[in-house]
Parts: sequence; C-alpha cells; structure tokens
Amino acid sequence: MPLTRVLVGARGSTKAFPLISLEQLEETGETQVSIATIGQQLVNGVTLGGMYALIALGYTLVYGILLMINFAHSEMFMGGAFVGLFAFGWLDNYEFFTGSGFGIALMFLMTFVISGVVIGLLGVLIERVAYRPLRHAPRLAPLISAIGMSIFLQQAVLLWITPRQVPFPNYLPAGSYEIAGISINNIQIMIIGSSIILLIILDTFVSKTRIGKAMRAVSQDREAATLMGVDINRVIAVAFFIGPALGALAGIFSGMYYGSIKFDMGFIPGVKAFTAAVIGGIGNLRGAMVGGFLLGIIEALAAGFLSSGYKDVVAFAILILVLVFKPSGLLGESVVEKV
Amino acid sequence: MGGSKMDIKTKIASGPIPLWKWIMYAVIMVIVVAAPIYFQSVQNFFFVRIFAVVGIYVMLSLGLNIVVGYAGLLDLGYIAFYAMGAYVGIILGFKLPEVFGSGFEPWTFWTLLPVAALAAAGTGIALGTPVLRLRGDYLAIVTLGFGEIVRIALNNNIFGITNGAKGLPGPGQRIPTPAGMEWAKANLSFGDFAFSKDLFWYYLIVVLCLATIFVVRRLDDSRLGRAWVAMREDEVAAASIGISITTTKLWAFSLGALWGGVAGVTYAYWVGFISPESFNFMESVLVVCMVVLGGMGSIPGAVLGAVIIAALPEMIRYFAQSPLLAGVLTTDQANLASQYRYLVFGAAMVIMMAFRPQGILPSQRRAMELHPEDEKTLAEENQQIWDVEHHTDVDNDLL
Amino acid sequence: MALLTVDNVTMQFGGLKAVADVTFDIKPGEILALIGPNGAGKTTMFNMLTGIYSPTKGTLDFDGDVINGRKAHKICKMGIARTFQNIRLFSNMTTLENVMVGRHIRTLAGPFQAVLRTPRFKREEQHTVDEARKWLRFVGLEGEANELAKNLPYGKQRRLEIARALATEPKLILLDEPAAGMNPQETAQLTQLVGRIRDAGITILLIEHDMKVVMGIADRIVVLDFGEKIAEGLPAEIQRNPKVIEAYLGSGAEALLAEG
Ligand SMILES: Nc1ncnc2c1ncn2[C@@H]1O[C@H](COP(=O)(O)OP(=O)(O)O)[C@@H](O)[C@H]1O
Ligand SMILES: [Mg+2]
Repeated sequence: MPLTRVLVGARGSTKAFPLISLEQLEETGETQVSIATIGQQLVNGVTLGGMYALIALGYTLVYGILLMINFAHSEMFMGGAFVGLFAFGWLDNYEFFTGSGFGIALMFLMTFVISGVVIGLLGVLIERVAYRPLRHAPRLAPLISAIGMSIFLQQAVLLWITPRQVPFPNYLPAGSYEIAGISINNIQIMIIGSSIILLIILDTFVSKTRIGKAMRAVSQDREAATLMGVDINRVIAVAFFIGPALGALAGIFSGMYYGSIKFDMGFIPGVKAFTAAVIGGIGNLRGAMVGGFLLGIIEALAAGFLSSGYKDVVAFAILILVLVFKPSGLLGESVVEKV
Repeated sequence: MGGSKMDIKTKIASGPIPLWKWIMYAVIMVIVVAAPIYFQSVQNFFFVRIFAVVGIYVMLSLGLNIVVGYAGLLDLGYIAFYAMGAYVGIILGFKLPEVFGSGFEPWTFWTLLPVAALAAAGTGIALGTPVLRLRGDYLAIVTLGFGEIVRIALNNNIFGITNGAKGLPGPGQRIPTPAGMEWAKANLSFGDFAFSKDLFWYYLIVVLCLATIFVVRRLDDSRLGRAWVAMREDEVAAASIGISITTTKLWAFSLGALWGGVAGVTYAYWVGFISPESFNFMESVLVVCMVVLGGMGSIPGAVLGAVIIAALPEMIRYFAQSPLLAGVLTTDQANLASQYRYLVFGAAMVIMMAFRPQGILPSQRRAMELHPEDEKTLAEENQQIWDVEHHTDVDNDLL
Repeated sequence: MALLTVDNVTMQFGGLKAVADVTFDIKPGEILALIGPNGAGKTTMFNMLTGIYSPTKGTLDFDGDVINGRKAHKICKMGIARTFQNIRLFSNMTTLENVMVGRHIRTLAGPFQAVLRTPRFKREEQHTVDEARKWLRFVGLEGEANELAKNLPYGKQRRLEIARALATEPKLILLDEPAAGMNPQETAQLTQLVGRIRDAGITILLIEHDMKVVMGIADRIVVLDFGEKIAEGLPAEIQRNPKVIEAYLGSGAEALLAEG
C-alpha cells in the first residue's frame, strides 16, 4: 500500500494485504487440450464447484431474506478453516481418533460439527451486532457495516492467530485413482461427496421442515409471511446459522485441498461464491448450488486455456456480465418490482 | 441579485460562515502551509512525506465522496481509477519518446495530469455506462470485480507495457521531471533550508486538494447537485420529474474517477514508482472508510476521514519514539497500535453504521437521510428502489 | 385531436391483469377523472403512462408519439408530470428545493458552467428560484419555502408535490388521489387548485376517491373495475350508470356517488 511504501522507501516490502488466492488449480502441464485433460479439469472443477456451492448458499440465504449482501460471509469460510485446524489439532491428541479408520472418520465428523457450530454461532452473533440494528437503515448502511466486519475478522485472525500461511493437516489416507487417464484423489472424492450430501440435506431441510418453509416464505414475500405469523427474527437467525456453518465446512475442505490456510483466504473464494449465487439467481437456493458447480467447472476449463495469472479474471468477468445483462441470474426468473 | 440569491440558502444549504469557522479554516491553512516548511527545516523529512501522503488520500477521499456521498453509489473499485491515472501518466511519460524518437519533447507532468485524469474519467464512463443501472449492492460488487480485474491485468503485464508485478518505470525507462521543480529547488532554498522534491509535490497536492474542494462545492450547489440529492432520496420520484438517473449517476461516477486519476498521476510522479500491489482492494476499502468515517456527503468529513485514517497510525508510531510521548507508549506498544489500525477501522465502520452513520463531521442533509424518522422496513425500502434495471438507460445528452 | 390516447392497453403481472384492454383518450384542456374501487388498476395506468411499467399490450400515444416503454425521465420531458398516491417528496430537501429540482428539465447549465459560475449559470439559477417561488405561490406554499418537506403537514405535502410536477411545465398532469387524507377545507382548496391548473392550460388526468371532488370538477369520467373499463361519460351519466353503482356497491359507495 502506498502509505507504507512511501514511508518505508520506494521498494519497501511491507505487504499489508497480499491477495493470494488459495485455490490454485494444479497445472496439468499439458498444452494440448485432450479429452483426458478436459476430463481432468472437470474433476477439478466439480471439486471447486462443491466448495463454491457451499459458500454460495450462505450469500443466497441471507440475500433472499434480508436483501443484503453479507460481505463478511467470506470470513466465515476463513474462520471455519481455522476452527477446523484447531479442532483437528485438539482431537489429534487422542489416540482414539488417530488409531483407526473409524476414529478418523469420527474425527472428521467432530471437526465438521465443531467448526460448523462455532462459525454458525459467530454468524448469528454478527447478525445481532452488525446488521440487526441497521434493519431499517438505508441499504448502504448494512453493506458498509458488513465490509467493516469482514476487515475486522480478517485482522483479528491476522493479529491474534497468525499473519502467516499455515499448513493444514490431512488425515485422509493418501490415495488417488485413475480412470481413463483422469485422476481423482481421496480429498476430491471427499469434498465432492460431502458437498453433495450437505446440499441434499439443506434442500430437504428447506422444503420439508417448518422453519425451512418459513424461510422460503419470507424470501418470497416478506410481508405475507409476517402476516401469516412467521417469526422473522427466528428465520433470520437460522439463515445466519446455516449459511456460515456451510461456509465453514467449505473452509475446511479448502484447507485440506490446498494444504494451507491464511487469514485472507476468504476474499477471492467469497467473490467467486457470490458470483455463483448471482449466476443461480440470488435468493434461489438450488440456483446457488447449480451456479457453484457451473462456476467451478467454467473456471477449471478456462484455466486450461488462460495463463494462470488471469484465472481469477474469469469469475470476475462472469460476475460483471451476469449482473449487467441478466441480474436475475441465469437460472432464476425475473419479477417486476412493485412501485 | 445578492439579496434574492441568499434566499436559496436554506436551513440545509450552508448559510453565511460564522467567524469561528473562518478562524478555524485560517488556522488549518496556516498549519497546512507552514508545518511542512518547519519539518523540512528541522530535517524531519518523514513528516513532510506524511503530509503529502495524507494530501493524496484527501484527494481520493474527496473524489470518492462525490460518488458515495453525493450520488449514494458504493464504489468498491475506486482505486482502479487511481491506478489508471498512475499508469497512464507513467506509461505516456516514457513511452511517447520511445515511440516518436529522440526528437520528441517528452510530455511532462503538467501535460500528463489532464491526460491521465481524462483517461480515468473515460474509464469511469466506459465502466459506468453499463453498470450504473444496477441496484446499489450489485453495483458495489461489480465495481469490486472491476477493481480486481484491473489489478490482475496490471499484474500480468497487460499489453506488455505494465511490467507486471515489478512495476514501472522498469529498467531504462525514464520519466520526466515536471518543469518548475528545478527552479523551486534552486530558488526557494535558503541557508540550511533546502526546498526538496517532497515539498514541491506536497504543495502541488495541496493546490490540487483545494481545487477539488472548490469544484465539489460548486457542483453541490447547482442543478447537478440538486439532482444528486433528489436521486439519492427517491429514484422513482426523481425520474418522474425528468432526471435521468443513469446520466446523473454517470456524472458522479466519472467525476469521481477523474479525481482518482488526478491523485494517481500525482502520486506516481511524486514517488516515481508504481506497482499493482499499491492498487489492491484494501486500498479501495480504506478510501471508502475515510468517506464513511468522516461523513458521507461532507467535504470537511472527507478531509478529516483521510487525515485520521492515513496519518494517525503513522503519527502514533512516530510520536512513541519522540520524547513527547516516550513515557506514555513504548515503541512496541506504538508499533502494535499501528498494526491494529485495520482492525480498528473495520470495527469503526461497524460501530459508525450503528451509532453515527452520518460520520464525524456530517453533512446536515445526509445525517437526516441516514436517520430516517419514519422508519421504513427494508422490504418497503426495496419496493421503493425502483427496478432501474429495466427502466433507465443512459441517454445521449451526456456523451 | 386527443392529447393522450390509451389504446387497448393491458398490464399483466404474472397471472394478474392489473389493467385489461383499456381504451380512452383525453382532449387538450380537459379534466378527465379515472375512478374505480381499490385495486382497479388506476395507479398501474399512471405507472404505464409515466414509464415506470411498460404495457404488456396496446399503445399509449401522447401528443403524436408512442410512449410505450419509454424511460420515465424522457416521458417527463415530453410533457407528462405526475404526483404519487403515497407522497414521494424529497423529504430532506426544503419546500423550495423540491420545486427547484422540478425545474431540472427546463434548465441546461452543466457541471462546467456550475464550476465556472458563468453569467448564464447565475441567470439560470436565479430564474430557477423565481420559477420555483412562482409555483409555490400558485399552490399557496410561499410561506413554507424554507421548511423541510418532511416537516410539512400532510395536506401541504400533497400540494408541494403538485407544485413540483407543475414546475416541469407539463402539458398533461397526472394526479393520483390528491385529496386523500385531506380535511374538507383542504379538499375545497384542492378542488379550486385543480381548476386553476386547468385554467393555466394544463390538461389533467385525475384519480380520486372523493366523489365530491370528482363530480365537481371532472369534465368526463372513466371507470375501471378489476382492470377493465366499465364505463365512460359525463359525471351525470356515470352517477346513474348501473354498472358503476354495482362496482361500488361492495364498498357501500352508492350514496357516495350520489353525493356530487
Ligand atoms: N408491480 C406489481 N406487481 C404485481 N402486482 C401489481 C403490481 N403493481 C400493481 N399490482 C396489482 O395490480 C392491481 C391494481 O393495482 P393499482 O393499480 O395500484 O390499483 P388502484 O386502482 O387502487 O390504484 C392490484 O391488484 C395490485 O396488487
Ligand atoms: Mg392507486
């Protein structure tokens, strides 16, 4: 940043905020586009897509209900990774968990639950502190508050945990399988499998349970839902629990996939997941899921054609194009707003 | 004329400036002009630089204030225009002689200043034309995306002229010194006091800040300024009396971009080196934070916000080392304080929005808007945000 | 020659036809009242006429131009101004400023002139103030020029909205329930104001529930019910029209209709 730069001297190296994206796709090293490389990129893309979909749900849930972009959501992803790191570290002390395959499975489950619950509660807390007081304020206010919250959380991790990139443990047995020249490893299988399971659970939750139906009602017509006796605050709290919890799990997956985590790891995946939510028609849950996978795949395929330096541009460009030309999303339907 | 002109002044528009304000402005002006001379003469070059850095941020903050404060558009990619000014300025500085041969008289800063500013404004129009139809929060995200694309493009040596992450000017590339610098150095130094490059740029920055304030104030009190307020308060009603929402937003957006460009080229020529790392998202957020903290739509607010955010952390660090504060803070504590700045700014944005959304030195009108007495629920508010997506477009009277 | 022709216009929201195949026209200098029970589609008609909605079907012809789906601000430039059923003033601007913004399309000074404060700019600003004051006087708000719009009592807010619309110098003004929420005295003043607007040569399309007002000043009346036009004619004819009486029966307005 210029300030430090100027004061330290023209080429000082104080990087206040290096934006390093973590989801570096493995470079396949091949320049020719063969069926196998496309297949390979598809596998990578679906893996990324699973993570994007999980994060995107958080944006879309909150937007559907509160009509605000929860800018701090990317920090839920980052926070989830850190809580996951601590949970793994803690459980690692017990031989029960490390000793057997069953133990390891249980360790994963517990880590997911711990991280999901902690970050879910954090999400609820943030809503209470930073957004609820602004529910009647002009729309700019909660957005600014969310940006402030995002910076605060990043800095809190930077200052109180670590400013460095830290390795993330991997307890899965190493293993990768090759089918028709396409390789897929255990981590990818787990990420893809878990995200699909989680998405199915969420979908069922929203369409079958009482509170889930209430959430949908609120996002479709808030006034009508209130008239029907839906407790808006409860719905909001639930949305602010589920969204961050899913984001947290995506954070753990990301840590395992790339092998390391850092305080600023949330920004780029956050914007990308938001793009996914927009592609799917923001507010539309299934849309966000599809959008996540779609974006992951597009990005992975594009990475095969573009220099790796430009790969993040793909998502940003899609974001801008979709918002400009079809703000209602590629999968949602457009509605005329009442005046 | 005078008498009835006064009638326009209302409770909202500033009335005659009271004496105490005049005195305060005078004191501030004396500090602004004289303090750096003092620091230079006592060889405290660090402070001279801080003054100039703050000046650059004041310009950025005033420019973004047009966009956020006057037009009510949250631009999270503002720093891209700053980058545009800086890169256009530097590249033209060394490239033109390369292209036109050694006989070509290189454009100096004075020529490049308007050119870079217009380049930034042009970029603002090019980006703004398609995206300003978007609703506020979408616009924020789109500008964020734009800012990142610009940074990534610069980082990847786009068109082979930005020299990627290594920055400009690269080896062998020379940027011209502005006319006047040598003269000032030669003629304005007395005895021990050496008029420096930093001082030269500092005063230039001050002049540019004053020019910005002058222009912004006059715009605010004009047809365009009224249209900004109207649009901010109610887009549907504004459109119904013939205000083109997109054009009005585009003016704000491109004028903001223009000042981003001015700040950029000035910064680039002062420091003599630029790299993409200086133009990241966090910088955009910092400038937003300055505007918000100071008070959206308020000129004194934008200035104060920039001063607090750009200068305070450095000041704390500095004073901790000086005998003045030595007993109060240890050096370590002071360093810690300056490390905590982003944390504090982040928290400040959250707290400000909850308790004082109008900022420290609010514009009166903005304060009222941000504290609506008739509480509207977000849903109602949303209903009022007319689906501009489908109904407004740029009309040609601007382009 | 009609000033405005609404020809077979339909506005559909999903499954709901808010306005269905409505046809009518307004002659220059006329006061046409658009009445009908709540939800009949009157405001929707205004929204189409002012470019907020684009009709699903049909044509809107204003002064020889088709205005379907034009941008709101362009329609205003062509000469249609409006007020809103739920008042939409710029609440943190003063009364005078509200009307001054109304002069937007009648003024030209761009940002460059504003920065340079050219003589033309100064002249124009002065003229803007003078015009704004003129319209404030016209609606009887000259005493409140420096009051914030949101601090005005309800009836005065309605009149301010009219002044703001008039400041755009429209050929046709659309008034959406201007007497709503007014006391009898204010209503009488308003009726008189509407008459003066007509006398100023401005054509008026009026939505109003207060039948006293409608029957008193309307030259002709168009009645909508569930989006459809069920009647059109002189006030006396409408009062006697069985379809209209039936449409209003639900709201017990038979007596109301007779009031005029
Ligand atoms: N944007 C919209 N979307 C959906 N329905 C609408 C919209 N605008 C108006 N309506 C519906 O159209 C019908 C007519 O409304 P309106 O024109 O406001 O009636 P009124 O005659 O009372 O002014 C109502 O049922 C209203 O709910
Ligand atoms: Mg109505």
